[in-house]
Amino acid sequence: MLKEYKTISEVAGPLMLVKQVDGVKYGELGEIELASGEVRRCRVLEINEDKALVQLFESAAGINLADSKVRFLGRGIELPVSGDMLGRVFDGLGNPIDDGPAIISEQKLDINGIPMNPAARNYPSEFIQTGVSAIDGLNTLIRGQKLPIFSGSGLPHAQLAAQIARQAKVLGAGNKFAVVFAAVGITFEESDYFISDFKRTGAIDRTVLFINLANDPAIERIATPRMALTAAEYLAFEEDMHVLVIITDITNYAEALREVSAARKEVPGRRGYPGYTYTDLATMYERAGRKRDKEGSITLLPILTMPEDDKTHPIPDLTGYITEGQIILSRELYRKNVMPPIDVLPSLSRLKDKGIGAGKTREDHPDTMNQLFAAYARGKEAKELAVILGDAALSDVDKLYAKFADAFENEYVSQGFEEDRSIGKTLEIGWELLAILPRGELKRIKDEYLDKYLPKKENEEKS
Amino acid sequence: MSNKLSEGTIVKVSGPLVIAEGMRDADMFDVVRVSKHGLIGEIIEMYGDKASIQVYEETAGLGPGEPVVSTGAPLSVELGPGLIEQMFDGIQRPLEAMREQVGSNITRGINVNPLNREKKWEFKPVVKKGVRVTTGDIIGTVQETSVIEHKIMIPNGIEGTIEAIYEGEYTIVDTVAKVKKDNGQVVDVQMMQKWPVRKGRPYKEKLPPDYPLITGQRVIDTLFPIAKGGVGAVPGPFGSGKTVVQHQLAKWADADIVVYIGCGERGNEMTDVLIEFPELKDPKTGESLMKRTVLIANTSDMPVAAREASIYTGITIAEYFRDMGYSIALMADSTSRWAEALREMSGRLEEMPGEEGYPAYLGSRLAQFYERAGRVVSLGTEGREGSLTAIGAVSPPGGDLSEPVTQATLRIVKVFFALDSALAYRRHFPAINWLQSYSLYVDRLGKWFNENVARDFMELRTDVMRILQEEAELEEIVRLVGVDALSPTDRITLEAAKSIREDYLHQNAFHDVDTYTSLHKQYRLLKLIMAFYYKGQKAQQAGADINSLFDMDVREKIGRAKYVSEEKVNDDFDAIEKELTAQVEALVSKEVE
Repeated sequence: MLKEYKTISEVAGPLMLVKQVDGVKYGELGEIELASGEVRRCRVLEINEDKALVQLFESAAGINLADSKVRFLGRGIELPVSGDMLGRVFDGLGNPIDDGPAIISEQKLDINGIPMNPAARNYPSEFIQTGVSAIDGLNTLIRGQKLPIFSGSGLPHAQLAAQIARQAKVLGAGNKFAVVFAAVGITFEESDYFISDFKRTGAIDRTVLFINLANDPAIERIATPRMALTAAEYLAFEEDMHVLVIITDITNYAEALREVSAARKEVPGRRGYPGYTYTDLATMYERAGRKRDKEGSITLLPILTMPEDDKTHPIPDLTGYITEGQIILSRELYRKNVMPPIDVLPSLSRLKDKGIGAGKTREDHPDTMNQLFAAYARGKEAKELAVILGDAALSDVDKLYAKFADAFENEYVSQGFEEDRSIGKTLEIGWELLAILPRGELKRIKDEYLDKYLPKKENEEKS
Repeated sequence: MSNKLSEGTIVKVSGPLVIAEGMRDADMFDVVRVSKHGLIGEIIEMYGDKASIQVYEETAGLGPGEPVVSTGAPLSVELGPGLIEQMFDGIQRPLEAMREQVGSNITRGINVNPLNREKKWEFKPVVKKGVRVTTGDIIGTVQETSVIEHKIMIPNGIEGTIEAIYEGEYTIVDTVAKVKKDNGQVVDVQMMQKWPVRKGRPYKEKLPPDYPLITGQRVIDTLFPIAKGGVGAVPGPFGSGKTVVQHQLAKWADADIVVYIGCGERGNEMTDVLIEFPELKDPKTGESLMKRTVLIANTSDMPVAAREASIYTGITIAEYFRDMGYSIALMADSTSRWAEALREMSGRLEEMPGEEGYPAYLGSRLAQFYERAGRVVSLGTEGREGSLTAIGAVSPPGGDLSEPVTQATLRIVKVFFALDSALAYRRHFPAINWLQSYSLYVDRLGKWFNENVARDFMELRTDVMRILQEEAELEEIVRLVGVDALSPTDRITLEAAKSIREDYLHQNAFHDVDTYTSLHKQYRLLKLIMAFYYKGQKAQQAGADINSLFDMDVREKIGRAKYVSEEKVNDDFDAIEKELTAQVEALVSKEVE
C-alpha cells in the first residue's frame, strides 16, 4: 500500500510543495487525488529533507490544500509500449484517445530514456530519399540524423513535414518503416491536417500519434516529446524498424520548460529560458541515431517556429547547436510562391557528405552540390548588386549567374508539395541549370564528371 | 588528509546536486559514492557538517536517507599504457568496456577500471640497478602502439636509487621497479600512476612557444599559425564548421599525440572520429591516426556534471604525455558546454550569478584551464622538452561574440579563428574570416617559416593579407559605383583576392588531396597565385588588356592546382608557372605591337 499524504502546503503555478514526506525519491512520479476522486499526475523536481517540490503535469485548478491527497508511485513516468501502437492515437501523456482498446504492453519504459554510449553508435551514412530536391540534392537527410525544420508563423512547414513523412523512402527497408508523430501545443487544425493527410495516403497504419493540443495543459508538453521518442526507441531498437519522428512545435515545448523554470524562481538565461535548456533539448534530440548491434534507426525531424523569424532566438539557436543541420524556410521565397520555400543557403545537413556520392546516390552528387551552392550564392549577390546599380552594371558572367539564381529557385527548389522526385531526376535538373553557366566557372566539379554529365549546348553559343 | 572514510546521508536532491550531512571528515573535492547504486560524485562545497556534491550520473530515484561514502581521494585519472586508441567518458570510464558490460546505453553505477588491468605490456627498462633516479625520470618504455612509445616515469615525490628493475611482460599494476629512498624505505613502482585532474602536473620550466604546429590547413598555417604549446580558440555560430575545423586539426596537426575532448556535443561526432580515424593515415608516420589519439566523450545527453570534469580529465592525460617529451595537441569541443555545466551547478548551488547567469569565476576557471597548455621542460634529470597546444571551440549563442564565454576566452588565447556564417553560407570552408581572425604568434614564428619553408614566405603572407584587406575596402566602392569605376590596378587586386580566397583559402576537408597541404605545397601554391598578381600588375602597367588577363586559360589550371597531389607539386607547378609567364608575355607583346 502506498503512503498517502494530505500535507500539500503550497500550490503556485505548475509547482506544488508537499511536506512531511518520507522515502520520496528525486524524479519520482506522483498522483494527486482530488476530493472529487479525479486523479492528476505530477513529478518530483527537488527533495529537501522531508519536503518534496513537485511539478504538475496538468492544471492546478481544483486542487484543495486540505482535501487533496498525494501518492508517490516509486517509479518515473513510464510508457507502456508494444508493436500494436502503430496506427493509434494517444494524448500527450500516452493515454489512447482514439476509442481503441488500451495497449496491452510487452514492457513499460521510462520516458526519460538512458543516454546512448557513443561507442555503441553507428554513424548515420545511408541516404533517405525524401523526394524534395532542395533536401535530397543539397541538404540530404540521412538515416539516424536529427534535422530540424526552422520555420516561422504562417509558413507551410506542416505541408513540408507531411510531404516528407509521405514520400520518405529508405532503399531496401520495405515495410520496416514507421512514423511517430508528436503534436506539442499546436492547434487542432494543424494536427488535423497531419492526421487527415496520413489517413488520405494510408500512412496512418504505420504511424503512432501523440497529440497535445494548444488547449491541453502546457506542462504536459514537457512529457509529450519524450513519450514519442520512447515509442520510437521501442520500434527502432526492439522491433528493428526505421522510424521517422516528427515533433511539432519545439518552441511550445521550450515555453513550457520556461514556465516551470520561472515558477521555481531559477536564474534565467537568455530571453528567460532556463540555463539548462541546451542540456534539456539535447537529452531529447540525442535519442535519434543508430546503434551498432541493431537494425533499426531513429531519424528525428523537429519543427520549430522562430519568433519573428529570428534564427538567433535561443530555441532555434540551441537546437542548431545540437542537431545535425537545419532546413530553413524563407518568407521571401514563400511570397515569391516558391514551394516548398526552402532557403538552401543557410540550410545545412551535416551528415550529407557520408551519405552521398558513388555507391550511395551518384558519383557526381557531392561536386554538383557544392557547385550549385556556390553558383546560387553568387547569383543572389549579383541580383542584389543589380538592385542597387541596375542590370547594366553587371558583368556578362554575373548576368548569367543572376539568370541561374532565378532558374534555380523556380525549377529546382519550387516543386510543390505533391511532386515526388527521384534523386536521379534531382541531379538531372541540377545539371541542366549548371549548363546556364560557362564551363570555366564550374571549378568545383571534376573534369570527368563535366565531360560525362554536363549537357552540351553548342546551339546556344552560335545564336 | 583524513584517512578514515566518512559516511553521511543524503538530505537534499536537486538534479545533479546532492546535499549530504555527516560529512565533516571528508575533504573538499573528495570523490564520494552516492546511494546504494554507488554513483560517482565530487564534493564541491562544505558547510559545517553538510557537503554539496555534484553527481556524475543520473540522480533520478535518489532520496533523503540514502548513504554517501567518501573515498578519501580527489577526482583522479589513471595514467599508464592503455590510454591511446581509447574513448573515455568525462570521468575516464572506458566507453567500449562499458558497452561490453552493459550494452549500448549507459546505465548507472557501472564500475569499470579506466585502464585495463589484465593486459600485459612488454616493459623494457632503460636504467640499471644502482642508478639514482628522481621524479620524472624515465625508467623504461612500453611500445603502446606502433607509433607511440610509452615512457614509464618515476611518479611524483619519489627519489632514490633503483634497487631492482625487471624486464618482460607485466600488467600496469605489477611492480616493474623498486626504488630505495634516501631514508632507506623501498617503494614499488608500477607502470600506472594516478593524478588528480584539477591540479596541473608539475614541470621544471616553461618555455616560450617558438615552433609552429603544422596543421596542413592553408588558412591556418599561412595566415594564422599556432605555435606548439600555444592556445587558440575557434568561436562560431552553429553551421559555421567549428567541429570540422577541430576534426581537421585533430587529423592533420603534426603533434605526436592528439587528445580530443567532445564536451557536451553530438554523439555522432564522436562516433565519426571513432570510425574515421582508424582509416586515415598520418602523413608523418604512415600509420593510422587512431594510434596516436585519445578520445574523451561526454556527449550532450550524458550527465551534465561529468561534462564539467571532462576537460580536466583530458588535459591531465595530455600533460602526462607532454611530460614524456611529446608534443600534444588538445582539442576541446566545446568549452561553451563546459561553461554551461558550470552555470547549471552554480545555479543549483544558489550562487550569486555574474553575466548571463554564468558564475563570477567563469573567467578564472577558463584561464586556469588554458594556462595548463605550454611548452615546458619536464621534471627529471634529462630535461626533456614537451609541448601541449590547446585549441578550444566556443559556441556563442546566436553567433554573438560579445557573450561572456567568448569574451573570457579571448582574453586568454593568442590565436583566434573567427568562423563566419556568411562564409559558411557561401560554402567557403574552412569559414575562417581572414579579416577578423588573428594570431599573435606570427612574429615569433615568422623566423621559423622563413628559415624552414622559404626565405620569402612571410613576405608573401604580408602581401596576401594586404590584398585581402584592400579587397574589403574596394568591395565597398564597387557596391556604390560598380566595378567598372575601378582602376586597372585595383581590378587586378580584386581578381587576385578572389583567387586567394577561392583557390587558396578555400579547402575541402572531404577531398582526398585537398584535405591536407604540406608547407612546401602551401608555399608553391601561394607563390603561383601571387605570381598572377605580380605579373598581372606589371603587364597591366605595360598596357595589357585586363579582361584578357582575367580570361587567360592558365587561370583555370591555377584554380585546380590545389588538387595536385603532393608528389607532383614541383613538376606541375613549374609547368603552370611557365605557362603563366608565356601567356602574360603574349598579352603584353600583343599590346606593344
